[in-house]
Amino acid sequence: MKIVALLIFFICCNTGGEITLTYAMKQVGEPERLRPMAVLRFLWKAVRNGWFWVALPLCAASFYSLLVLLSWAPLSVVIPASAGTYVVGTFGAKYILRERVSPKRWMGVVMVCIGVALVLITG
Amino acid sequence: MNSDHRLRLKTLLMVLLIVVCANTGDLMLKRGMLQIGEVQMSRAGLWRAFLLTIHNGTIWLGIAFLIGFTVCYMTTVSWADYSYVMPVGAFGYALQTMLAVVILHETVNLQRWFGVVLIVGGVLLVGQTHPSTTNSKPVPS
Repeated sequence: MKIVALLIFFICCNTGGEITLTYAMKQVGEPERLRPMAVLRFLWKAVRNGWFWVALPLCAASFYSLLVLLSWAPLSVVIPASAGTYVVGTFGAKYILRERVSPKRWMGVVMVCIGVALVLITG
Repeated sequence: MNSDHRLRLKTLLMVLLIVVCANTGDLMLKRGMLQIGEVQMSRAGLWRAFLLTIHNGTIWLGIAFLIGFTVCYMTTVSWADYSYVMPVGAFGYALQTMLAVVILHETVNLQRWFGVVLIVGGVLLVGQTHPSTTNSKPVPS
């Protein structure tokens, strides 16, 4: 039971952290040019965005919960679940970030999700 | 080159940088930790590991690559869709397997090859979609 609870916590933190970070970066807007000074100005704007500081602890919590999960549960359980974040993340992108996810992109995401699970389990 | 083509090229180049930085960073951290040796879970052991870590050049190189990964990721999602960058970035797993076979001459079983084929196929499918389906407007500074 505690493994399932931590798995859900991990998936929520992982997806939540990445979606929040993307939301912050979308608010900041892309750098004018991909030059060092422009990227530094972009990063300075990013760290002054409130959502960036919401994303940071979520990403940290996702990293540490994965470490704990790996010590509690077998790899064959943890890895497919972590690959599942691709699917959950795409739902988040569609409904929270309002991205238009075409059937072709959905199919690609599902293929990547199964592929990553297979590679990591056998790795 | 039209703007759509430029956007696609720029995004794919940045995702390639993300994959290279993330994988090289992980490899450097792994190599650095192997140089340090097993960490003892006691106060003295953790302190010793900390001192060895901050004096290890390979670990710092790994950290530099991971900072590079974070900056590239943040920059890319400022214009590209999260649902585009995330699956395309998984190409790193396929790359790792191919490098293990070509450089380290490792044997890879059929199940893992099937996984690589699925990842490459999935990345190709996502890569055909438009990298940005939302309009990001910068917040005035």
